[in-house]
Amino acid sequence: MVTLPHTDAPKALTNGAPFLQIKRVVKKFDDVFAVDEVSLDIRQGEIFALLGSSGCGKSTLLRMLAGFEAPTSGQILLAGQDIVGLAPYERPINMMFQSYALFPHLTVWDNISFGLKRDGLPKNEIEVRVTQMLDLVQLKAYSQRKPHQLSGGQQQRVALARSLAKRPKLLLLDEPLGALDAKLRERTQLELVDIIEQVGVTCVMVTHDQKEAMTMATRIGVMSEGKILQIGKPAEIYETPNCRFVADFIGSVNLFKGRVEVDEPDHVIIATPDCKHYVSHGITGTADMAVHVAVRPEKMEIQRALPADSERESLAEVGFNQAEGVIEDLAYLGSLTTYHVKLTSGAMVKVTRTNAARHNAAQLTWGDKVVVWWCGSDVVVLTS
Amino acid sequence: MTSSTMTRFSLHHKISGPWGRTAVIGVPMVFLLAVFLLPFLVVFKISLSEMDAVFFKDVLTWAEQTLTLQFHFGNYSSLTQDSLYLQAYLSSIKFAAITTGICLAVAYPFAYFMARSPADKRPALLMLVMLPFWTSFLLRVYAWKMLLADSGVFNNVAMSLGLIIEPIKMMNTPFSLVLGMVYTYVPFMILPLYANLVKMDLRLLEAALDLGATPWQAFWRITVPLSKSGIIAGSMLVFIPCVGEFVIPELLGGPETLMIGRVLWDEFFSNNDWPMAATVAVVLVLLIIVPLALFNKYQAESNSGGHA
Repeated sequence: MVTLPHTDAPKALTNGAPFLQIKRVVKKFDDVFAVDEVSLDIRQGEIFALLGSSGCGKSTLLRMLAGFEAPTSGQILLAGQDIVGLAPYERPINMMFQSYALFPHLTVWDNISFGLKRDGLPKNEIEVRVTQMLDLVQLKAYSQRKPHQLSGGQQQRVALARSLAKRPKLLLLDEPLGALDAKLRERTQLELVDIIEQVGVTCVMVTHDQKEAMTMATRIGVMSEGKILQIGKPAEIYETPNCRFVADFIGSVNLFKGRVEVDEPDHVIIATPDCKHYVSHGITGTADMAVHVAVRPEKMEIQRALPADSERESLAEVGFNQAEGVIEDLAYLGSLTTYHVKLTSGAMVKVTRTNAARHNAAQLTWGDKVVVWWCGSDVVVLTS
Repeated sequence: MTSSTMTRFSLHHKISGPWGRTAVIGVPMVFLLAVFLLPFLVVFKISLSEMDAVFFKDVLTWAEQTLTLQFHFGNYSSLTQDSLYLQAYLSSIKFAAITTGICLAVAYPFAYFMARSPADKRPALLMLVMLPFWTSFLLRVYAWKMLLADSGVFNNVAMSLGLIIEPIKMMNTPFSLVLGMVYTYVPFMILPLYANLVKMDLRLLEAALDLGATPWQAFWRITVPLSKSGIIAGSMLVFIPCVGEFVIPELLGGPETLMIGRVLWDEFFSNNDWPMAATVAVVLVLLIIVPLALFNKYQAESNSGGHA
């Protein structure tokens, strides 16, 4: 393990002010808003993930940070300095490109030292830094190889070493593990976080893979159609999504459309065609408002019959948050089973259960009549 | 199963195995053998024969029931004795090298511009490069004569504008020769360069900029090295025909531009000395092939590991 002095980034910079500030940034291509008034503050040392499907503007935003695109309007401040007017080669920012963009005609060593040479560093200093980087990514034995002689995982580490060699103030990762196969990706995610944290560099990454974002990032910004819909820690985004898009995009969710019937400070009751929902917390809404109720599949219980009332979370919920149906389909995934239940109203809900025991005599199967129920505290009410 | 996979299967079945492979490689080999190697061997044979009055003696003779094989190396030794040949070879290589250099300097920006222009405009630009081929090569070279002559278009226009008082001598100089060769061969440089540059992954340039290279540095450190194979291919396509060029020196060259093509022509058609002409041709081929073979070998070695 190597420890690296990260000289360019003093820890107590600008007394708590955000390290990277994106202020009302707009990018228009012809008449299309690729990025639409995005404002974002990123603290020093953070790993921030921009998450969204392709075409949501996340890559455009990243390219504006790198300097390959100029914002149509807005400001980007790095450590208090506006960097919008700077060319890519003038910015203290380095990027790890999607599928790496390693220089095919240069060796691993020359790839990593490329940026240092452009800075005109003395030869021995370059040597020290490149060796440090090779140690960091454990590729010392491969320094004289060309990129095409390396495996995908090794190429990824060269790309990381190359983007860290100049000790950037900000590291950008564009789909960092998109080119790796699933098994390797899982292992590499944590390895990558480890290295980034060792170096202590602030990091903005772009990904369409929610698992990757949730594993690696300290905070996530969910993007859609050029806007950031929600910013938060992985758990916040998952457990308290602020709109239907986020709830649906992150993980899977059962959505019920309905109206607010009772709106009390400590609870609300929402009527949907399938059942009445008792929500054990207040919402910012008014009675009779049209809302969506979101329940995650793993937060639902499924049995052949309802449990005794005393086993429910609170007696107030008895008669609420439950629906009858038939198992239409089930997917056995090893650790989990997902049941697709057709409710009496005709709506489909997904319920996932952990397969904690190897053999379960009472195992539910196709065509079983079941009851699905859930807790009022696990329900999220979405007003948009 | 669709019919296309059926065909593929049966085709694969037919040409698989060592014989199938040999057949596939064999066809072009036979073609090269027939149209290059055999004629070359004939030329080589003639170069080893001796002149006998107006005809040359065959190397192989059948007389009085004996087969005689007689090699005559006198042509090769006379090549070294008369400095005319050496001068002609050297000046051919010199003019071909100058032409190749200028072609590269002209073609690279051109090919770069084409490769970086929007994809829908590229076919039109390619068309423009190939447009000169639609008219006869001879006509086009002749047209340069009209332009460059003492009383040609350039001199006349310049004089009527008062830029010059006397016509500048341009025709039949090294200048007109090189101009003609550059004009004729520049498409052969542009096309391989274009084919190479258009394939380049532009993200590599972004990566270079991101790592602190100015656009100019990125060009020299990334674009140029990665287009090496295009540069080599284009240079060969220009250099090789230029060394043996006859028509352009004949039409645009002058007393200072003796080239080996001219010497070859004279040996064949003025002196009627076929063995000598064949000798000149054989040495010319060796002069080009040997350095190329060495170069290829060096390339293969430095690229071992096989970067395509």
